[in-house]
Amino acid sequence: MNTVPVEYGLVLAGILFTLGLVSVLTRRNIIFMLISVEIMLNASGLAFIVAGARWMQPDGQVMFIFILTMAAAEVSVGLALILQIYHQLKTLDSDAANKMKG
Amino acid sequence: MITTFYIASVIAIISTIMVITRYNMIHALLYLVVSFLSLSVVFFILGAPFAAVLEVIVYAGAIVVLIIFVIMMLNIREESVEEEKRWLPPRAWIGPSVLSLILLAELVYVLTFVDAAPSGVKVVNARAVGLSLYGPYIIGVELSGLLLMAGIVGAYHLGRQKKKVVHRFLEKAEE
Amino acid sequence: MLWLIPALPFAGAFILVVGGSRLPKGMIPLVGVSSVALSAVLTLALAFDFVGSGATSYDQRLWDWLDVAGLSAAFSLHLDALTLVFLFVITFVGSLIHIYSAEFMSDDDGYARFFAYLNLFVSAMLILVLADNLVLLYLGWEGVGLCSYLLIGFWYKEEKNGYASRKAFITTRVGDTAMAIGLFLLFQELNTLKIHEVAAIAPSAWTTGSPVVTLIALLLLGGAVGKSAQLPLQTWLPDAMAGPSPVSALIHAATMVTAGVYLIARMYMLFELAPLAQLAVGVVGAVTLLMAGCSALTQYDLKRVLAYSTISQIGYMFLALGIGAWSASIFHFMIHAFFKALLFLAAGAVIMALHHEHDMFRMGGLRKKLPAVYWTFLTGAGSLAALPLITSGFYSKDQILWIAWAGEKGNTWFFLAALMGAFITAIYTARMIFLTFWGEEKTHVSHAPGVQMVLPLVALAILSTIGGFVELPHTMGHLTAFSDFLGPVLPGVTLRPGAEESEWILQSIAAIVALSGVGLGYYFYVAKPVMADSLKRQAGFIHQFWFSGWAMDKLYDLLFVRPFVFLSNINKQDIIDKLYAGIVSVSETMHRMFSFTQSGMLRWYLAGIVIGAIAVITIGLVS
Repeated sequence: MNTVPVEYGLVLAGILFTLGLVSVLTRRNIIFMLISVEIMLNASGLAFIVAGARWMQPDGQVMFIFILTMAAAEVSVGLALILQIYHQLKTLDSDAANKMKG
Repeated sequence: MITTFYIASVIAIISTIMVITRYNMIHALLYLVVSFLSLSVVFFILGAPFAAVLEVIVYAGAIVVLIIFVIMMLNIREESVEEEKRWLPPRAWIGPSVLSLILLAELVYVLTFVDAAPSGVKVVNARAVGLSLYGPYIIGVELSGLLLMAGIVGAYHLGRQKKKVVHRFLEKAEE
Repeated sequence: MLWLIPALPFAGAFILVVGGSRLPKGMIPLVGVSSVALSAVLTLALAFDFVGSGATSYDQRLWDWLDVAGLSAAFSLHLDALTLVFLFVITFVGSLIHIYSAEFMSDDDGYARFFAYLNLFVSAMLILVLADNLVLLYLGWEGVGLCSYLLIGFWYKEEKNGYASRKAFITTRVGDTAMAIGLFLLFQELNTLKIHEVAAIAPSAWTTGSPVVTLIALLLLGGAVGKSAQLPLQTWLPDAMAGPSPVSALIHAATMVTAGVYLIARMYMLFELAPLAQLAVGVVGAVTLLMAGCSALTQYDLKRVLAYSTISQIGYMFLALGIGAWSASIFHFMIHAFFKALLFLAAGAVIMALHHEHDMFRMGGLRKKLPAVYWTFLTGAGSLAALPLITSGFYSKDQILWIAWAGEKGNTWFFLAALMGAFITAIYTARMIFLTFWGEEKTHVSHAPGVQMVLPLVALAILSTIGGFVELPHTMGHLTAFSDFLGPVLPGVTLRPGAEESEWILQSIAAIVALSGVGLGYYFYVAKPVMADSLKRQAGFIHQFWFSGWAMDKLYDLLFVRPFVFLSNINKQDIIDKLYAGIVSVSETMHRMFSFTQSGMLRWYLAGIVIGAIAVITIGLVS
């Protein structure tokens, strides 16, 4: 069986990352921004797996596990923050949190 | 094998596009789950079963569920869909798309110059990952533990909603 | 030992500048007074030594200062009779004034600063009179100008004091520049600036009346006129009364304003060679004394009367220099220093006792309340008015009058001007006394001055009375101790032949003039005060004119200040300003631009990160 060329895997990771980036830049809703960040993290994890498969070593998966862990922690804290923001500003608009303006 | 890869990747890309263009959060999250599942298939193809399983369990199963919980807690109503429609006219996509496409182009450009020879397939199973994880990468494991602990404590503390105690003189000002 | 005399006050000033705020309050006047008092004691010792040894001069070279392009000015001191007279006056009157200030300024925050400036002034003035060459003299000249500025504007928190001190500094600066040009010319002609060498070479370098020496002498006169507040640079002295009274006494009565007199007397050989310049000196003196006397008649501020009186009396000294009465001029300087310092200190005591009331018309009745001040003031005023026989002012002023009438270079016009001036002096002096001390009390006495202030007054009163007896005229004993003392330094006076007999007539005329002036003052201000008011109303225009110092301030404002302000307003928009304004506007624009990027919106910042990432990767790819 022929393997998947490394470039294809990395290009896939790149495309997914770019899609996440577009979404995070465009969306105003905070939760959607969080989701987009998850997409980007996932894409970068894919890149690690591809690299690990190319060298046939478990290091890629180990990195992926770390990324996963970090994403989990980040989402939980981020959601807690989102709760606080919603409680203060009564909206999920990220533009409403602009007290640092100027 | 490679056709499976192509199919899985196409599904991943399409479902991701659907995620980012939905107005309803729950719809977007469901598409996200689909995207994660297809990526899990890709991991299987690449010979990383452990990572594939973890992807499903943790990402699709825990993180997305967590987000759904929070959405439910926030009591998002129908207006949010309208809001999203208002906030996302088509012209809003232009700028970020341009920037991201430039980035993608550069990435692809770099990748075409790398000619790495594809080597054979070897499935790196959970045992190998475990040995590697608790061998050379033990520090990373400990630090991840710390990180998760910090995450727990932080999330608990930040998510707490204390009843605001206002001095009675200020209460009247608040009204 | 000669160098200690200016060095001690300088050391006192240095100590007070460096550690004044750390010294306990009682130490400050101790340092300040003792430095000058020690100088006075040293002067006395040196005087005994000098007179006893019979030498005519004494030099002490301290160190080499300048030696460039043919000009070698060393820091060397020269002592002779003229210098000794000045040293005596500066240190003795100076110490008395320092003792007075110890009490006068004791409540002030800038106590140490005051004594530091005062000591610095005394040391600069001492260097001026001890200087061997004209460059060192110029150093002292500038030093006293600086200290005058610092002390007039001593209470700098009030804006008008700063204005007065700036006015003084700038006006004297004009004179200083003229003097500097004169020094340049002198050096160019004679290639030396040592005073003795100039004295030796000058008669052979120029013929009498040569235009170069006349020009140099006129330029030196310009410098003297600035420092001594004579026409046309006299406008600063009345405003300089904004400073504390000890400052007015020391600087603007006894010492700094006489620096001009010193300069002309020192360079007498140049003036002998330039009769036109000497005539100019006399004319300046005569006109100034009349103008200032008229102005003094109309003032209501006690210190301003004394300021105009100072201008007038220095006019007498210039008049004397102009007619060749060199030692008479110095004699009048010495006596004037005594009684004018006394008058200023007493005026300061009166003003302090009445809680800073300066207006004479609101004083009165102090004869009974402040007896010590009254009697000392009376003594000083008597000398000023030149009351016959008992006051020293009579002897010095009478000598000038006599030489104006009878001297070879004397002139009827000068004599008449001096006589008229004496009359006016007597009137305004009497006016001052009667308004301030007689009559009913209009402002109550807050507190009487203490012994530290009264003692110098008494000492100066004694000196004012007996100081004149060192030089008695022919008709009264013919004692010429003073002019003999100055004989080796300054040339004597030659009288017109046949004029000696009329000396006693002149003395009687002078006496009658003085007494009638006092009597007129009594009539107008004690006997029938309403006459004074009606006279003032009738001659309203003249009164206003004389009150404003013959409108010279307005004249200068029109001639110099307005065009300058006009030109500098035009210059304000010039190109160099635009450069700096451009820098300002560029930075403001950049601020506006960059603060735009801090919009507080999360998506902006994310876009910024992405753009940065693109930029970095592009650079990495391209290079």
